[in-house]
Amino acid sequence: MEFEPVIGLEIHVELSTRSKMFCGCRVAFGGEPNTRCCPVCMAHPGALPVANEKAIEYLARIGLALNCSIPGRSIFHRKNYFYPDLPKGYQISQYDQPFAVDGYLDIMAGNEQTTVGIERVHMEEDTAKNIHAGAGGRIAGALYSLIDFNRSGTPLVEIVTRPDIHSPQAARLFLNKLKNLLKYLDVSDCNMEEGSLRCDANVSVRPAGSGELGVKTELKNMNSFKHLEKGLAKEIERQVELLEGGGKVVQQTVHFDFATGEVTPMRSKEFAHDYRYFPEPDLVPVAAGSGFVEKIRAGMPELPGARASRYIQEFGLPAYNAEVLTSSRELSDYFEEALHHFDDARALSNWLMGELLGYLNATGGELADCLVKPRELGGLLEMISSGKISNAVGKDVFAEMCKTGKSAGEIVKSRGLAQISDEAELAAIAGRVIAANPAQVEQFRAGKGKVLGFFVGQVMKETGGRANPQVVNRVLREKLTG
Amino acid sequence: MISDDDVMYVARLARLRLEHGELARYAGQLSSIIGHIDKISELDLKDVEPTSHVIKLASVFRDDEVRPSVPQELALANGPEVEDGAFKVPQILEAEE
Repeated sequence: MEFEPVIGLEIHVELSTRSKMFCGCRVAFGGEPNTRCCPVCMAHPGALPVANEKAIEYLARIGLALNCSIPGRSIFHRKNYFYPDLPKGYQISQYDQPFAVDGYLDIMAGNEQTTVGIERVHMEEDTAKNIHAGAGGRIAGALYSLIDFNRSGTPLVEIVTRPDIHSPQAARLFLNKLKNLLKYLDVSDCNMEEGSLRCDANVSVRPAGSGELGVKTELKNMNSFKHLEKGLAKEIERQVELLEGGGKVVQQTVHFDFATGEVTPMRSKEFAHDYRYFPEPDLVPVAAGSGFVEKIRAGMPELPGARASRYIQEFGLPAYNAEVLTSSRELSDYFEEALHHFDDARALSNWLMGELLGYLNATGGELADCLVKPRELGGLLEMISSGKISNAVGKDVFAEMCKTGKSAGEIVKSRGLAQISDEAELAAIAGRVIAANPAQVEQFRAGKGKVLGFFVGQVMKETGGRANPQVVNRVLREKLTG
Repeated sequence: MISDDDVMYVARLARLRLEHGELARYAGQLSSIIGHIDKISELDLKDVEPTSHVIKLASVFRDDEVRPSVPQELALANGPEVEDGAFKVPQILEAEE
């Protein structure tokens, strides 16, 4: 039997506000434990939370960018459970009146556009961090645990998709697109290694074509794109094997071990899933009237689609270039920054997509770590377009810039790569080349025009590729025909 | 009616250890409270919005400004056990068999 996977994602995003969600402690990663906490985020009796307005604004940006509707009123709830990383005995979250609902995000899976529904986007707070001692850092069998409240109370947005995803690849594409969008929105650094962007997946399989949903499992903490894709593939495989062998899928939380490739049931949530939600009495409702929503909309950073249209209209870029350049916030920002230093957008985009992306692909590097900064790339292209160096030499110089981080000017100067456009100098070289090749001169004079290319090549060889081709052509022609 | 099982379930979720006789007592008290709330459903409430908060305030926010946290030693002062600047808590999950 053919099985079809059905996947829904739950994504948690730590917001990059300066202070925490409900108190003024600084939001940051790492650092000395328990140095960024206070009575509110450590739940001392009597401490009261006050919501961070910036966090609500970021939340609204995310909701709007995901095409959600924003109900006029939403409220916070207490989600009650006991765990050492949760000092209050409850997490402030949202329940039946979330901030944003019913949105979507389109992805291109294969050659097909798929619409992934967004069920809800809500606000909550992050928990403290547990460090498990012994048992290789895993919770099961750890001798004891250490709790660091620095992370406790960091603004956390939860995004829940509908079960509209049907392959591990599509799940990865979705997460990637969402991450890009969040970066454009300036709401999170989306650093998966540091846990600013985390992903859980609900997975089930069903006979292909069936409209019913199978029993699902929850895959926790897919903390990289690779994990997500591999973990899902493995879990789907496990479920299909179970069903084909006449077994049943049990609803449970599972853990994917990237090192062993095994999916195993998780034991850390062995308490009842009964959170006894009730409205948080310490926080008043959030009213999101049309005025509020319009204000957020007006202050939204430019999203990738709008940027792409602007590149097409304002700079006359082909649609394909515009799409590639806006496929990540970093690349798009790089392009715009470089434009300040070199204003031929088309030439710049070609160079970015050809040379720069080619280099990153070949080396597996990230743009953020690239030694060639936008200003330097602009400088290089300026040297090429003004004829100071040839295009071919430019590529050479670029490769060295990538390796050394030196500017184009420095490299050209130290290696003597400047293009030779001086007519007298090139005429002298052309004279020598002609004198040394009488046979080819005969051929040219006999009407074989193509031989000119041979002479150009010889002059280039003499000058290490630095001769200005236009001047060389003219000088050679004059000498050979004169 | 709230059964003994209901009380035991809620007590377990709330990590309460009930002493002898408390089970029946709480079952009775909780039944009476729930019964009182049930009385509300006898009223005609079709035009009344559910009340989650009794004060007429909404959108009370603070600016996103960092304020000083407490020093680490003070943060840890109430911890029964402390190690490497962190609260030390007993084993959360036993090793797998």
